Amino acid sequence: MAASPILSARHVAKNYGAVAALKDASLDVAPGEVIALLGANGAGKSTLVKILTGAISPSAGEITIRGNRFNVSSPADARRAGLVPVYQEPSLIPDLNILDNLKLGSTPLEAFRHWLSELGVPDVDLIELARHQPLAVQRVIDLARALASEPAILLLDEMTAALPADLVDRVLDVVKQQKPLGRSVIYISHRFPEIAAVCDRAMVLRDGKTVGDLPITPGVEEEIVELMLGDAIKATKRAFATATVSEALKPRLEVSHLSAGSKLTDVSFDLRAGEVLGVVALEGQGQDELFEVLAGMTPPDGGGFSIDGTPCRFKHPADAIAAGHVYVPGDRAEALLMQRSVRENIAIPFHTRPSQWGLIDMAAEKAKVDAAIDRLQIDTRAQGEVQRLSGGNQQKVTIARWVAMGIETILCFDPTRGIDVRTKHQIYPLLRELAAQGSSVLFYTSELAEVQLACDRVVVIFNGKVVDQMDAEHADEPTLMRAAYGLTADDALQQAAQASASEPVV
Amino acid sequence: MLRFLRKHYWTFGLLLILMSLLVFTRVIQPNFGTFGLEALTRAALPFAFATAAQVIVVIAGGIDLSIASMMAVTSVTAAVLMDGASEQFAFVVIPIVLLVGATLGAINGVLIVITRVPDIVVTLAMLFVWEGVALMILNAPGGGSAQWVQGLLIGPILLEFLPEAVTQWVPKAFIVLVVSLCVVWIPLRRSNFGLSVYAIGSSDMAAFRSGVNVNRTKIAAYAIGGLFAAMGGLVLTASTGIGAPIPGPYLLASVAAVVLGGVILGGGIGGLLGPIIAVLILRLIRTDLTLLSVDPNITTIVEGTIMVIVVMAGGFMASRRKTK
Repeated sequence: MAASPILSARHVAKNYGAVAALKDASLDVAPGEVIALLGANGAGKSTLVKILTGAISPSAGEITIRGNRFNVSSPADARRAGLVPVYQEPSLIPDLNILDNLKLGSTPLEAFRHWLSELGVPDVDLIELARHQPLAVQRVIDLARALASEPAILLLDEMTAALPADLVDRVLDVVKQQKPLGRSVIYISHRFPEIAAVCDRAMVLRDGKTVGDLPITPGVEEEIVELMLGDAIKATKRAFATATVSEALKPRLEVSHLSAGSKLTDVSFDLRAGEVLGVVALEGQGQDELFEVLAGMTPPDGGGFSIDGTPCRFKHPADAIAAGHVYVPGDRAEALLMQRSVRENIAIPFHTRPSQWGLIDMAAEKAKVDAAIDRLQIDTRAQGEVQRLSGGNQQKVTIARWVAMGIETILCFDPTRGIDVRTKHQIYPLLRELAAQGSSVLFYTSELAEVQLACDRVVVIFNGKVVDQMDAEHADEPTLMRAAYGLTADDALQQAAQASASEPVV
Repeated sequence: MLRFLRKHYWTFGLLLILMSLLVFTRVIQPNFGTFGLEALTRAALPFAFATAAQVIVVIAGGIDLSIASMMAVTSVTAAVLMDGASEQFAFVVIPIVLLVGATLGAINGVLIVITRVPDIVVTLAMLFVWEGVALMILNAPGGGSAQWVQGLLIGPILLEFLPEAVTQWVPKAFIVLVVSLCVVWIPLRRSNFGLSVYAIGSSDMAAFRSGVNVNRTKIAAYAIGGLFAAMGGLVLTASTGIGAPIPGPYLLASVAAVVLGGVILGGGIGGLLGPIIAVLILRLIRTDLTLLSVDPNITTIVEGTIMVIVVMAGGFMASRRKTK
């Protein structure tokens, strides 16, 4: 803190008409410092990011870089000033190859290659189109590109949200490497372990204001959560609910020797009525295929599954839905009609059968929808379009439509990706509550800590096979991590590296 | 090499179709020779420039419905300026007309960027505006053209060091087309600006975040579209000797050739060569159907059907390639 700050933001505010998206944010970043920027959804975090990266200009306040007024009106300006962001979603041009993408930002190739190998993916085909790279690789390319331009300040916005655990570790290593180089990092994440691992200080935003600026010390998490939540609900501690599910209960969904595509080779497990079953896997171990098959989007290549003892073979998601078997994708944009209202989004599955194509009984529809909105506590102030809701509320809508339909099995694929803490802690109890009422929930998560927060049991998939099953109380992060890498730590690491390297590029 | 083939499979496929059509034409009409080829190229010329104009705009993620009207404006501008003037004066007229075209295009672009009204709406409005402007400049077909400009498009090339057996197969109009397109397109493709055009068409958000000046790139893409439209307008005047203020059938033809040529209407994907070959294919189909004395009403049905089949086959091939 003694060194004069390289970036300093004072009382920054942004108004959209009468609405204040950001009221009073202040931030100092010293050279070589890693700062965590924290806040619940709607706290103004993304507005501050947009201001810092030049996408919008502040209504009030002053920002300086190395003491000079920071006068940027585009990302290109911010880049010239030394501030390079890596956004939450990939910002590579999908239809250009990687090399052209680098040319576009005049990224030095040698440095790019260096950082790419530091990040553990040295073998990227640079003349392949960006859109053909797996999502995780795109994220890493984004980061390597930012690092190669030698930024004075690197801004990482939810960089690790879509990354598998092994790549997250690499990213954290690389962030640590910036320190001795005198480069600063603004690190935005919802994941406390990562923040504890790399950050020096945390700046906390709530309701558009800076409410705290505190050094990261062991145990500071609690304090940060309190600052973020304010008077709102405190983070709920894990309540073990496993006891309610007895082994004797007959399974609702039995999956046996299921295989599909090149990644899902042999998966068997049971999902019982009234339980939340976690699924844990590194990126690309077959979990995507598993959910696609179960949701009726692709047919299995081998094996099968049965619901309540009846073997099923879905030809279309509508078959799965009719069987009370629904999919909640991790990417909310895949599930929602973004331009339509909350009500229409929740009500859409009611009317999909041709036999129901007649006039809609508006009153009945409204009653069901309102009940679901109420139950999930969806903030519907932005009634008009779902795209105006916060990410967390959007996610709730994707679940609410099935709740409104009275569905029995819900397949959630990473439903808390990129959602703030507060909403996360509304989603866990919701899943628990659904299970308590007799529903079954299959819950894939990329955040290992969530297993103990929400699940009764967990299956671990590695290389397309179930490698471990355990009760949630034994599933602490180290145990899961070891299992996800394929039992024994050392050679499993190698296998994982091979698996991700040999991932076919489409 | 394999990679090159794979990347440009669409263009090669079109080339194959064009070749087979030429052979087919020769079969049904044994007289189809140098003269037929020259007539075909000359007829295709304004369509080719209209298509080039559409290509760059579509790759940038837009669409320009005012292309035929811009061709009309530039055509009458050229005809009025050259009417009664000396032969040499045409050397001044050509750059002026090209500049006018680029300006018209740039105005389209600026309006889109400033008003934030969708491209399709703005250029639809400008279709009417430019049509009116053309009629104000010249309210009926008229004006004139310098002789040498007209001569540029007629007959085969004359090169003394090549035997006539070769040169008679290369129409002047073809050379005019290739040179005009290459002079603009090749430097563009090799520049950062060209990359930016593809970038904003592919994803304007990602382009913005990569530091591309999206607005400026968009305006420039429309301006180059206008430039190509002006070439089309000049060609119209040169081939008929007069200016035509009523827009010809070039707009929908240009969109058709763009689609058939492998340019994705959403932007970001495609090149110039494919659509130009597509123009020739569409023209040749028309010629063949005339030669076969097919009812002209059926001709358009055939054209439409072919378009859907080719694009569908392309999509099928693309999905096959993916699963491989």
